[in-house]
Amino acid sequence: MVRFENVGLRYGMGPEVLRDISFGLAPGSFHFLTGPSGAGKSSLLRLIYLALRPSRGLINMFDRDVATLPRADTQDLRRRIGVVFQDFRLIEHLSALDNVALPLRVAGMSPQRIKSNVSELLSWVGLTDHLDSRPATLSGGQQQRVAIARAVISRPQLLLADEPTGNVDNEIAMRLIYLFDELNKMGTTVIIATHNEELVSRFNHPVIHLEDGEASMVRSPEKEGV
Amino acid sequence: MFRRPLDLPLDQDGSSKFLPWIIALMVYLAALSLAVAMAIGAVAGRWDQGLSGTMTVQIVPDISTNEPDQKRQAETTRALERALTLLRDTPGVISAEPLSVEDTYSLLTPWLGEGSLVDDLEIPRLIDLRVDPETGPDLDTVKRRLKGVSGVLVDDHGLWLERLVKLAHSVEVIALAIVLCIAVAAVATVVFTTRSGMAVHHGTIEVLHLIGAQDVYIARQFQFYAMVRGLHGGLVGLGLAALTLVVLGTLAGGIDLPLFPALALTPWQWVGLAAMPVASSAITMMTARITVLRSLAKML
Ligand SMILES: Nc1ncnc2c1ncn2[C@@H]1O[C@H](COP(=O)(O)OP(=O)(O)OP(=O)(O)O)[C@@H](O)[C@H]1O
Ligand SMILES: [Mg+2]
Repeated sequence: MVRFENVGLRYGMGPEVLRDISFGLAPGSFHFLTGPSGAGKSSLLRLIYLALRPSRGLINMFDRDVATLPRADTQDLRRRIGVVFQDFRLIEHLSALDNVALPLRVAGMSPQRIKSNVSELLSWVGLTDHLDSRPATLSGGQQQRVAIARAVISRPQLLLADEPTGNVDNEIAMRLIYLFDELNKMGTTVIIATHNEELVSRFNHPVIHLEDGEASMVRSPEKEGV
Repeated sequence: MFRRPLDLPLDQDGSSKFLPWIIALMVYLAALSLAVAMAIGAVAGRWDQGLSGTMTVQIVPDISTNEPDQKRQAETTRALERALTLLRDTPGVISAEPLSVEDTYSLLTPWLGEGSLVDDLEIPRLIDLRVDPETGPDLDTVKRRLKGVSGVLVDDHGLWLERLVKLAHSVEVIALAIVLCIAVAAVATVVFTTRSGMAVHHGTIEVLHLIGAQDVYIARQFQFYAMVRGLHGGLVGLGLAALTLVVLGTLAGGIDLPLFPALALTPWQWVGLAAMPVASSAITMMTARITVLRSLAKML
């Protein structure tokens, strides 16, 4: 599903933020992405959701080499990827409902089907009372749940979440991870970048650890090492 | 295409709020220029039709000989009669009518004033000649025909008419060039407002792009509002232009200038003017679409 081979990344003329990254994600897998702040977690995810191209190395997504991907196909791939951005990137003038509906509208679903799908999901993440609220009127945690709902609404094959639990208390964080777990059981491949060691230790999923621009595969702490 | 897209709040943009008014002004000016071009074209056509097929024949008295006035006048009259007979016998001549001496004097009085000066003057006699424009004789044929008659000058107004028609056509071309310039300015304006709209909504566009929106999906949002604004502006501009033309027509109707028939447009020309809002909305829409697609193509 995702395969990196000796991938390096630098921003402009800066130093290499990522160096010699090689790993593969099998379809239906669930990975945590950990590492200190500035280690390059967001950058790695940007490479996966095609917002950046690597400075060197090879990236394969859905069995396609992204370097030679035509533009129209890039957008097709993106529609199979759901992303929860670290800064949410909700659209300010749209209601929570319309924000979540965006991926479906972009994919050309009919308005009636969109409406029922979206309200169902928003009640599932506990936002029934805020369907028509603008993002600015929502709390950080509520915005985060809108962002998560937007990422999963189109049942993507690959789900990327950048610090999806950064703004919520531990209980809600657990519930959100359970939501991702549910999606994973239905076949979605999941990658979650997080600082939250406790969260990582509670779930028995493999970990990709980034440090000094290099990645190492770590098993979940309960199962032992490297 | 005509459903209101709402992903981008383009209806609230300050920079594009003025677009309908700019378009209205442009359509107003373009419609007036177009009306002028069409009316001038029609007028030139009518001049051509009205004056082709008419010639003026002058019989100039020969004042070089020192004959008594009486005799000379009799000779002029005889020459006139001969010319008339010859002309009326020429195939394709519709009519050949002499202007009476009094009529000829009255043509001169505006320049020479009334009184004895005019009376003493030996003036040429004029024949108003009408020929069939298609089958009738041309200037040279008429000249050859009248070769034997002394003191004959033939004029088919050709030179004068040619200059006038040339002038009219230059005005027409200039008016159309102005319409073209206005269209170019409109395109430039739409490119500018579209670009600034894209800059303002850069974040939203990026999100749409990252969740997999095709370029045309994003372009549709811009082109919808551009079309609406082009149509609004076009309708306002057309309304003002029609009002101006009607007022001008009424004012011109009061003045009786035979060379400038009233600014009368045919129904088809009115249809052409009425199509301007359609044209303006099509131009704004296509411009916005192309602008967006071209700048999106640079995005990863
Ligand atoms: N747009 C950018 N231009 C230049 N440098 C950047 C850019 N984005 C990130 N970087 C640099 O790349 C490095 C990795 O940043 P990144 O955001 O990927 O880290 P992170 O692991 O997500 O950190 P955090 O946990 O704080 O979110 C940092 O040194 C950062 O300064
Ligand atoms: Mg980050």
